[in-house]
Parts: sequence; structure tokens; C-alpha cells
Amino acid sequence: MGTNAGKVMPLEEAISRFVKDGCHLSIGGFTLNRNPMAAVFEIIRQKKKNLHCYAHSNGTGIDELIGAGCVSRLEIAYGGNGKAAPTCIRFRAAIQRGEIQFEDYSNYQMSLRFHAGAMGLPFIPTRSGMGTDIVNFWGFSQETRAKDSKLPKKKLEVVDNPFEGWCGATKVILLPAINPDVTIIHVQKADRFGTCRMEGLTYCDTEQAKAAKNVIVTCDELVDPELLRKTPEANQIPFIHVSAVVHVPFGAYPTACYNYYDYDPQYLAQASKFAKDDKLYGDYLNHFVYGVKNHQELLDMMGSERLVKLAADKRTGYATNLDRR
Amino acid sequence: MNYTLREMMTIMAAREIHDGDIVFCGTGISMLAAMAAKHINAPNSITFFETGAIDSKLEEIPLAVSDSRVMYWAASNGGLLDAFAAMQNRITGDHVIGILGAAQVDKFGNLNSTSIGDYYRPDARFPGSGGACDVASFVPRCIIFMQHEKRKFPNKVDYLTSPGYLDGPGGREKAGLMTGGPTAVVTNLGVMRFDDKTKEMYLACYYPGITPQKILDNMEFSVDITRAKEAAPPTERELKILREEVDPQKIIL
Repeated sequence: MGTNAGKVMPLEEAISRFVKDGCHLSIGGFTLNRNPMAAVFEIIRQKKKNLHCYAHSNGTGIDELIGAGCVSRLEIAYGGNGKAAPTCIRFRAAIQRGEIQFEDYSNYQMSLRFHAGAMGLPFIPTRSGMGTDIVNFWGFSQETRAKDSKLPKKKLEVVDNPFEGWCGATKVILLPAINPDVTIIHVQKADRFGTCRMEGLTYCDTEQAKAAKNVIVTCDELVDPELLRKTPEANQIPFIHVSAVVHVPFGAYPTACYNYYDYDPQYLAQASKFAKDDKLYGDYLNHFVYGVKNHQELLDMMGSERLVKLAADKRTGYATNLDRR
Repeated sequence: MNYTLREMMTIMAAREIHDGDIVFCGTGISMLAAMAAKHINAPNSITFFETGAIDSKLEEIPLAVSDSRVMYWAASNGGLLDAFAAMQNRITGDHVIGILGAAQVDKFGNLNSTSIGDYYRPDARFPGSGGACDVASFVPRCIIFMQHEKRKFPNKVDYLTSPGYLDGPGGREKAGLMTGGPTAVVTNLGVMRFDDKTKEMYLACYYPGITPQKILDNMEFSVDITRAKEAAPPTERELKILREEVDPQKIIL
């Protein structure tokens, strides 16, 4: 949160100030859309370690953070990334090799947990998941849970409906709230105080932001506050939740940003190919992430001809007839 | 007329969708089946995505449920909380049909999309539930897409990600779940359904050129094949619409 002005800063500063080794982090977006990729790459460049990540289906960004060795613990619903990677490749490798601790939930469960965090509730009920192994298998040991005061003592709890069958439910699952140290989202428009306007689907970004102690907003356009104030009903996140605002054009690249640009199928397919081999993936990071100083240099490396092809069509909000095979 | 097995599967799933259904779809072939139903046999069906888009105008095939293509001309672009609430809520949820895929399915339609082997150090890790467990928990009807292979139809799933009928009749109710469960398993060889009484999978139809025995050979558990009939192949009209209107760019087909 932050009610003060002076939130606009370079990405390097926002990451170094708010993303600390071992902190609990969530990122916005969903699989291949509106992931805060510029911020993800900057976290990798700053070699952050032992992050505890909360994800519903944050495919592209989370997989890069895992691949680069920034993540030690993960609570996740879905590690997949559309056609380019039906199962995120570095996520799969890290789990199969026992390199990270992980805890499985469903998408609704993770979304509800952020929602509870945003509301200041300790837990929230749902009717999803009774009788499944999401209830039976707990990824984090009691020891892990006991050692970190930011982790609840239980993964979840199944209880009888205290209202005795009200709404036809005999039982519900209670899920512990999530309050990340930092949430990073990428939005289409934000003003210098941090008020955000997302266009298209909001996924779970609003709840993730409102649940977090600090929010870093990266935006494609840093707009005049007046523009957002004229139609406040179109804004999802008021500035009080936000700690830092960073202007990063194409900040979701190589994922999509509705009304602005599409995902880059070529980049995603290539990254997946590299991710399948440790050495190639190392080369990939050296070239595309460590090999550039900032996001603009990555965009320069891609070249304007390639980026122009991703430009969103005004009518539909995506790049029509883009070669996606 | 020639057709591929993928086309056959898509059409068989599309035929499960009734006009007016709200169709929850994931990525890949499930999205194709939902679009095919809308173009062919259920023009008033409504596509619905866990990301929060409802009744999108899909002029191009989305590659993921987050794809900007699902946002165009939607009735509303909400978020995950909106989407799952509409399924958990019985008023709307009872009209939703889910389409799911998985790495494994057992005879009661329980799905595994999490891992094979030891959960903590798996031989193979898959993406996990995503919204599948939620959909399978909430909605009264589900279509499951599977490749027919022995290891994908095991006696017991390695990890139960999404609930089918759990351990059989009354299993869902005992666990505290809503009534519901899978209605059809559409594979590359045939379509299976679930017996009203036993909740066990049985073979409902096999594709032209496939024998019921071949289907049994590709499953670890056995199913009743006495009710099985040969499926009607895709019609010329169905294929034409599928190829020319649903996926002309051949992104999934």
C-alpha cells in the first residue's frame, strides 16, 4: 500500500526495494497473457533467491522464475502454458528433480485465498475439492509450516457446514488466506499515484494486488490521472494499494496485453524448446535475460519488425491472422 | 468421406452439447468441440472460460483460456472469481457442461492431471488442477477427452485431481460434493458413459473400424461392452463446418 506520491521509479529500483530474498511473491496475469514479464526478467537479473511464490495459472512468468533458480517454494493451481508448453517445462523439471517444495490447489481455491487476504479474513470456504487428493496430499511439511510465520499451520480443512445443510451443503473446505509480501502486476494504464485500469479480463490481479503488503505496478501507458478519474468505474485498483509505479512499454512481452499487443508465438515456442535442455536453457537466460540491461534492450533485440506484427487490431484487441502455428 | 480421429473426437464431443448449454471449455480440442457445437448443433450454446469471459465471439481459435481472443465481444470480461462463482452457484451452475482432459481416468470418472508416481518426487509431473477440480466439483455434466491407452485408464489414478463419482454410488454426496459427475468419456476409439446405478464406466459406442475388444485391450480395467453400438461417422456437413468455419487456420485440427 501507499498513499504518498512519488511512486514512479525505474524497474531496477522497484524490484530491489520491494522484492527481497525469501519474500512471498505473487505475479499477475494468466498463462500467456499480461504476465509482468519485464519485472520477472529484472528479478532474474537481480538474482533473487528463495522466493515463495503464489500462483493460480501464472504460466510464463512463474516458469522463468523457477528456471532461473529464484523460487524455492511454490503454491500453485496450474503450471501450463497453452500450446507452447502443455506443462511448463522448468516447473516440471524442478518438481521431478525435487528442487522446489510445492503445494497444489485449484484455480478457484487460489483465487479465493487471495480474495480472503484482500478482505482481511483468516480463511474462506468453498465447495470445491472434497474427496480429492488436493485435500489428502500436503506438499509442505509440518516442519516447513512451523518454521515460517508467514505460512498457515494447515493446507486446508474440511468441516461440516455449521449452518446444517443450508444451501444444500453438508460440508465445506476452509482455505487459508494469502497476504503476499509483494504482488507485481502489469496493466494497460496506470497513473503516477498507482490507480490502475486493466482492459479485458482482470484474471485475479485485483485480489492479488489488494491482498499484498506492497504492490508494484508496471504499465504500458503512464497516463494523466485526469484520464482515469473521468471514468472511475473502469478502474479496478485505486492508488492506496500501490507502492511503486513503473512505466514499461511492452512490459508483458512475450505475453499478450489486450488492446495493445499479442503474445509472441515465436518467442514462446523458442523458449519452450530451450527449456527442455539445461544447457540450452542456461544459454537462453544468458542471451535474452542476463545479456540485456533492461526490457527495452530485449525489445531492441527482437526488432521493431517483429513487434509490429504483434500490434493489436483496433476492432478485436489482438493481432488478427498472426502466424500462431 | 475421409476424416481424422481428431475430427471424429471433436464431433462426438460436440454432439454431447445441447442447445442452450453453458459450455465451460479449456484449451485445445475442448475449445474446438465447444466451437463446433455452436456452429453445428447447438447454436444457442454459450462458451464460458474460467478466466472470466462469457459468450465470447471466437473469430480465431484461442491458444489458451487467457488468450485475448476470448475477450473479444464477450458479454462481460470479469475474473476468475466471477467464472467459478457462476459454477458453484446452483442457479447458473446447473446449466453448465464442463469439458475436461486428463492424464488418467478411472472407472468412476475420477481424473488425474497432477502427477504419475510418487506425488512428492513424481516420474511425470503435469500442470495440476487449474480449474478442473472446481468444474468437476460443481457442474452436473462433464465430457472428458482422453487418448485411449492402457496407462491412461488405470485401476486407480495416481493422484485424484478432479472428482468423478469418487468410490461409486453416493460417493460424491458422502464427501460433501454436489451431485453431478462425468457423463461421457470421448476417446480416439469410442465413447464411454457411466451406468446410472453403479456409476461405472461402460462402452456406449465405438468408431467405425474399431472393435470393442480393441478398446478393452487399451484399458487396465474392464468395462461392460454389451451396450456398445457403432458410432455414426461425422457427416459431410459437420466436417465442412469444422474445417472451414471452426479451425480454418488448422491450429488445433
